[in-house]
Amino acid sequence: MNRHATLGTGHEDEAPGALAVLAAPAPSHLADDVLVEVGLVDRMAPVASPLGTLWVAWNGRGISEVEQATDGAEAAARHEARSGRRTVLADALPDRLADAVARRLAGERRVRIPLDLRGRTEFEVAVWTKALEIPAGEVRPYGWIAAEIGRPKAVRAVGTALGHNPVPLIVPCHRVVRTDGTIGQYSLGGPHNKRTILSAEGLDPDAMETAARRGERLSGSTTTRIVCWPTCRHAKRVQDRYRVSFRSLREARSRGYRPCKICRPVAVEPAA
Amino acid sequence: MDDTELVLRLAHDLDGSFEALVRAHVDRCHTIALRVTGNPHDAEEIVQDALVRAYRALATYEPDRIRELRLRPWLATIVLNLCRNRARTRTVPSTPMAPLVDAGWEPPADGTTDPASLALEGAERDRLAAHLAALPDRYRIPVVLRHVDDLSYAELAQVLGRPEGTLKAQVHRGLAMLRASMAGTELEELTA
Repeated sequence: MNRHATLGTGHEDEAPGALAVLAAPAPSHLADDVLVEVGLVDRMAPVASPLGTLWVAWNGRGISEVEQATDGAEAAARHEARSGRRTVLADALPDRLADAVARRLAGERRVRIPLDLRGRTEFEVAVWTKALEIPAGEVRPYGWIAAEIGRPKAVRAVGTALGHNPVPLIVPCHRVVRTDGTIGQYSLGGPHNKRTILSAEGLDPDAMETAARRGERLSGSTTTRIVCWPTCRHAKRVQDRYRVSFRSLREARSRGYRPCKICRPVAVEPAA
Repeated sequence: MDDTELVLRLAHDLDGSFEALVRAHVDRCHTIALRVTGNPHDAEEIVQDALVRAYRALATYEPDRIRELRLRPWLATIVLNLCRNRARTRTVPSTPMAPLVDAGWEPPADGTTDPASLALEGAERDRLAAHLAALPDRYRIPVVLRHVDDLSYAELAQVLGRPEGTLKAQVHRGLAMLRASMAGTELEELTA
């Protein structure tokens, strides 16, 4: 019968591929899905933030970049140029990633966000990992990161690494300020944006800079005799009448104060 | 680019040439997964998983090992293993009748442009797919690999770990069962 023609009627070996009519091409998105999953192609989608719409690039390894751009095409083009990977625009992040990013932007530190940091140096990754320890509503100087990662003299390199942070806001490099207490530079659109984010996290950048200019680099409690970075959650709890300021850790120690074990103030000198 | 050149490139630069592997093999991997599972949704997930596993495996292989790979049977093996894992964990049997059109099938441009005859071919193909899906695994899988995907018997033996003679017999019997089933007759009645 004609309708059985594809099957043939004789020995099957005479007609290899006789059932080729059953070939079923993969849906067109499948190839890109695979390439994204293994990290050879990135997707990019808009995400709301205190700085307005940001463009977030990701692949199966994690988030690879956060960009500020006028539109997706510009963001994708820049990301392609920087990463060397084809970048496909998408409507939104995958649900789990979107949820994690929203919670991180809302100040939750413990939410895990996978990052694709291929090609970055061990030093850069150490700096960014340390910056992740700074809670929302607090700041630390560059020198603190340098000391904490065991490279106390690398203050300037810490600043450079933070400037190269590919995932600002996700890795909160905005919470790292200059050792002299001024707000300092910011990679995502400049210092103005840094102030905006710090304000959104409950800090007053102008007041912080004014205090720093007065030489108030550290904050102690006369009742506990513990000295903290001024924005440490424990320092902020101290009532005004028990609060005392110090110019340096040496000064605090000489007056019998010990460093807070949570914010771990260290003796830092401004970068030369 | 044929597979011989492709493995050389993969051995030299995995990240730079993996996309070529995906483009060259994604459709046939999908065909195998769909014809073995009979479920378009499962087939998509299996193919994505299989190609991701292929990449991760290649990333751990020495260049010599990659150069000696025969991609067609190697990828078919990965796809089939995932199909089997899925069948094992599945409690409710899949529906084998899902139309191909859902899976993005389009009629080949073979000069037959009469819509009525194309529709007839589509319906006939769906019927064939449904009958194939009803065959027992033991016959269906060799038939799919041999006659839908066009692997050689030597490659089938490598993928399924059975002797070529056994596979020839299984393909032969599978096709006979398919013909009988298409004709509305139980093969058992024919051969009893």
